[in-house]
This record gives sequence, structure tokens and C-alpha cells, in this order.
Amino acid sequence: MPHDGHDHDHDHDHQAVPSDPALRVKALETLLVEKGLVDPAALDAIIDTYETQVGPRNGARVVAKAWSDPAYLARLRDDATAAIAELGYEGRQGEHMVIVENTDTVHNMVVCTLCSCYPWSVLGLPPVWYKSDAYRSRAVIDPRGVLADFGVTLPEETEIRVWDSTAEMRYLVIPRRPAGTEGMDEEALADLVTRDSMIGTGLAQEPAA
Amino acid sequence: MNGVHDMGGMQGFGPVRPEADEPIFHGEWEKRALALTLAMAAWGRWNIDISRHARERLPAADYLRYTYYEKWIAALGMLMVETGLLTADELATGRPDAGAQRAEPPLTAEKVGPTLRRGGPSARPVAEAPRYAVGDRVRAKNINPAGHTRLPRYARGKVGEVVMQHGGHVFPDSNAHRLGEAPCHLYAVRFTARELWGPDADPRQSVTLDLWEPYLDAV
Repeated sequence: MPHDGHDHDHDHDHQAVPSDPALRVKALETLLVEKGLVDPAALDAIIDTYETQVGPRNGARVVAKAWSDPAYLARLRDDATAAIAELGYEGRQGEHMVIVENTDTVHNMVVCTLCSCYPWSVLGLPPVWYKSDAYRSRAVIDPRGVLADFGVTLPEETEIRVWDSTAEMRYLVIPRRPAGTEGMDEEALADLVTRDSMIGTGLAQEPAA
Repeated sequence: MNGVHDMGGMQGFGPVRPEADEPIFHGEWEKRALALTLAMAAWGRWNIDISRHARERLPAADYLRYTYYEKWIAALGMLMVETGLLTADELATGRPDAGAQRAEPPLTAEKVGPTLRRGGPSARPVAEAPRYAVGDRVRAKNINPAGHTRLPRYARGKVGEVVMQHGGHVFPDSNAHRLGEAPCHLYAVRFTARELWGPDADPRQSVTLDLWEPYLDAV
């Protein structure tokens, strides 16, 4: 914004909030703390939650258990919210979970075309590309093109199901279990489950030879 | 509203550019922007639908120009002024008005864990039985409300098949405008790519959207 606009004239005695986002957010935080509207310690606790506690390792454990334990997979199919809560993952942006399973013939991919809905409780905060105009616009009309941007090519006969998260239901993709993983325990399996494989823009990794 | 936020099916935004080893935040200010937004929501002056609609109401050119957390901060500013938590002058200057009362923040550090674990479930009981069953064919209405809706333009007027019943949920078109939660049945509805995009589309592709009963007509 130019600083010589007419709005500025009557504000000459005020210190205008800067346009740079970093400075603007700092100014806003200072104001909100000064007014007693936010507690700085609560802000730190929120940040710590999403930096150290809630992230894609949660979802990877869900997937590894789904691959390993048929009874758990059945519970996920029946009520994914409750089955995921068994592992301690619940709450904000994971209140209503649904799993969608990739198979030999079906590949699922999740998007939110209207904003950035994403299953925080199992995947953490969404990456920049998930929130980008390019992904939001193109995932529904050209999913194979989007997959190519991620270096993923699926057989031509594979059915692709895109899920546009328009409500509060949050979709977790259960990727296909890679070959050569028989006998691996859940922790080792979880290492193969990438974040993108649980969004549907990637595949689970092959185990190291 | 037919805003730029409703971008499903638009072309011309270029390739998706995944970032290798992407950090959770790009800079300290993004952390603070996220935390301020979540902490201010604890005042209970707005709900998630009002908050989404605030981002949609940003000027279209700003919406496209801003990064994600810039949108959040701009919408947070709007909401705080609209609900009287800040005055427009305070937001513009970054200084409390003379004589402003100091408040007590509702969200303290001890409450952060329980608040985030509780989240904000949208499921609600609905007295009426669901009108549609899995397997039913339905048509998404052709509506163009000036306010908030979660029926994207690309699905309007199209015919799909109900693939899941999700039970009763808060209706955003009402809740975003402080007209009550108006819960109604929510369904996952699958549309073939050919129905959405025409005869050149891949016959093995589909898009499934979660749509509330008021968006749907029986076919």
C-alpha cells in the first residue's frame, strides 16, 4: 500500500502498522497482548503442539497398524474417528475422520478446492502446495497431471477417485502396502508411510533392499 | 459467493510445486499468525464457517496475492473489528485506544491441550430421516448465493451418486451468517469426471464431494 493515500492524512499522528507480514503480525501480537486478548504462553503452547506433537507420524502409525492388524482395519472402516482416537489422535481438524483405501485398481487423492481442509490430527498442518491455487484448482480436473508433478505415474486402467473436502469430514488415504514388507513390525512400516502417500499425491516407499 | 476461493477446475495456475523437506512454518511470523488465529477463536465471537467466509470476503486480488497466513491475518483483523474485540483504529495503528479496558484472555496455556484435543465437532442430531440412501442419484442444485456456501461451482447442476451418509452436520450456509446451526443430513456424492468436465474426460476418474441435503434434488 502506498503511504501517501488520503486515509493516511488523518493518521499522521499514529504509528501505522507496517505492510510486511512479519512486522504486521508482530505489531498485532503486541496489541492483542497489551489489550489482554491473548496470553503469550498460550500462543507458545499452540505452536509447540503443531511443531512437536501433531504431525504426519501420527497418520503413518494409523496406516502401519491398518496394514498389520485386520481387526484394526475393520474398526477404521466402521468408525475411523474412534479407531484413530484409540492411538491418541483426535481433536481439531480431525473431528470426523473417514479412511479411503488404495487398491490394485483404485487410487484416492484428497483436496480442498474451497480452502485448505486437511486432517490435522493425523497429518499436522498442511504443506504449502496443498494450500496452493495450483493444487486446489487442478486436482479435481486433472488429477493425473497433478500426480505427474509429484513424479507419480499410475497405470492407465487405474481408477482415480478425488475427494474434495467440502465439509468437516476429513479423509485419510491408506496407501497400498509395498511389496517386500512381510514380517516388518509397525514402527518399521510407519517409516515407509510418507505424508504425501496419505494425501494421495504419493505412494508408500519401498523398503530398503 | 462466487469468489476466487472457489477455484476447483480453474486452469492457468501452473504446476503444483512440492517443496523438498518443507518446514512446518516458513518463518517465525507464520507460527505467530497461526497461534493468534487459534487463540482469538477462543473468544467464541465467531465460528469456523464465519471464519472461512471472512477469508472468502477478502478482496479477490488480495486473496490471490496473499500467502496462506497473510489471508489468515487479514481475515482475523476483519473479524476482530466486526465483533468489537478491536476498534478499526486499534487495528490500523497497532495501539490500544485511550482508556481501553484490559481483558482476561480466555485461552491460557493450560487450556491449549484440552481445547485442541476437543476440537469443534460439527455432527448434530437431525430429527428427520435422511432423504437419500447410498446408491441414490441426486442433482446438485444450481444456486449462486451471495453469501457463504460449500457447494462449489463446478458441481452445480451436475448429477452424482450418493456413496456415503455422514449423518447430521451443522449447515455452513446458515452458520456462517449467524442464522443458527440448522443441522441437516450430509452425504458424500460421487460425480464422474465426464459428468463434471464433459465427454473428453477420463472415464475412470471421479470427484466425490460432501454435500448437505439442501444442496440436492432427487433425480
